Amino acid sequence: MPLIETRGLTIGFGRSTVLHDVNMSLERGEIVTIVGPNGSGKSTLLRAIIGALRPTGGRIIRAPGLRIGYVPQKLHIDPTLPLTVTRFLGLPRRHPAADLRAALEQAGLPDLPDRQMADLSGGQFQRVLLARALLEKPDLLILDEATQGLDQPGSAAFYRRIEEVRQEMGCAVLMVSHELHVVMSASDRVICLNGHVCCEGRPEVVAQAEEYRAIFGTGTQGALALYRHDHDHGHDHDGHDHPHSHEAAE
Amino acid sequence: MILDDFLVRAALAGLGVAVAAAPLGSFVVWRRMAYFGDATAHAAMLGVAIALAFSMSVFAGALAMSLIMATTVSTLSGRGFAMDTLLGVLAHSALAFGLVAVSLLSGVRIDLMAYLFGDILAVSRSDLAVIWGGAALVLGLLTWRWQALLTSTLSPDLAYSAGIDPRREQLVLTLALAVVVAVAIKVVGVLLIAAMLIVPAAAARPLATTPERMAVTATLLAAAAALGGLYLSFRLDTPTGPTIVCVAALIFAATALVGGVRR
Repeated sequence: MPLIETRGLTIGFGRSTVLHDVNMSLERGEIVTIVGPNGSGKSTLLRAIIGALRPTGGRIIRAPGLRIGYVPQKLHIDPTLPLTVTRFLGLPRRHPAADLRAALEQAGLPDLPDRQMADLSGGQFQRVLLARALLEKPDLLILDEATQGLDQPGSAAFYRRIEEVRQEMGCAVLMVSHELHVVMSASDRVICLNGHVCCEGRPEVVAQAEEYRAIFGTGTQGALALYRHDHDHGHDHDGHDHPHSHEAAE
Repeated sequence: MILDDFLVRAALAGLGVAVAAAPLGSFVVWRRMAYFGDATAHAAMLGVAIALAFSMSVFAGALAMSLIMATTVSTLSGRGFAMDTLLGVLAHSALAFGLVAVSLLSGVRIDLMAYLFGDILAVSRSDLAVIWGGAALVLGLLTWRWQALLTSTLSPDLAYSAGIDPRREQLVLTLALAVVVAVAIKVVGVLLIAAMLIVPAAAARPLATTPERMAVTATLLAAAAALGGLYLSFRLDTPTGPTIVCVAALIFAATALVGGVRR
């Protein structure tokens, strides 16, 4: 049984539909990355999976007792809320002091337990977010553009860390990323999303797929890719056409 | 017996409100719900009027009305209304309707000031029981839901991913807020309840490094303000509720200075 599965998942806000008939599933121990242009519904899909958004159609099936570790895209901490790193790691559940020390050690921040969260650098903040998610001993780790604001070596190190985590803990990983070159090497499977699942499969297969190339072009192995595409291809379900174009810089 | 002394009863009432309002006030500050507290408190005036009209307990009337207002605002807040405008409309119209309703009551001579600014020196034994009962209920709720409340306050998405429903936690705070408003009317009055929620918590912020320390520090500062305000109002012959809030405000100024120096 998959850890999580969506069947015909549809999500709309008001009159606009963000996700349309999305079918996907995730097996234990898999690293799956969702790619797609801005506004393609990547974050919406993740938020539906953690239960923060109610589907307007279709179903989300979670394995019984599924534990999710969630690393949000960004986290705003109100300046009126005092919060040390240690205290943050104890949310939503408190953990034994030894576990907290181990988590900080693992995150590479052994000497910052009493530092205020607001005083951390971007990279340190991201590592604390990851450590907190891992303390929950999740079956499924979900990362929403977790490397935003990190420089290239920083984000490469971050993804290496994700692979180590998968090996150590055996959890599945579902992440959203803009960094296509990293995605290609670090994922077992890639789902290309643009309101619906355009294509999915092993990274090298997806990279060759017509739908993927329609979105990302062919020369995206490099670190920098400027892509522009016109989306007028029809998909066989419902035959809905949606001509639009995107431009985005990586 | 010691409770026969009105000053002792007043002190115990002030402490009861401090203990209930300060920890809840920390959440009000963290979640930026200050205006929300105001609206709930002002709605209580309407509850008082209704209670007097039907010769019910003023506490029950205020609790019911606060609960209705808090739930309404809490429900609307999730639906993308312009909240500050909406709260401004609701808060002040509830207060105005309450005041008009009280003045329309025939045959009852009511000291309006007692409800607007509190009448802590007239606290009876049964009032004390209500205040400390309410305080115990609020503290119990907050302690029980503490971790979930804190997670939801930090980020609703983090809460959802951990299986916590932030809307439920919001409801817990809403309920606690209504209880605090109802028990605090007698002590500080509807106009200044929000001050007892926010000022001690804001004063505690520069002194605290964790949420728990902030809530505890806020409670201690609120207790100091209640006792200090009571003493000063007795010495200077000033209204007690406003004097308590003045002392709290001075404490805020002092800790803000200390915090500023430390930075």
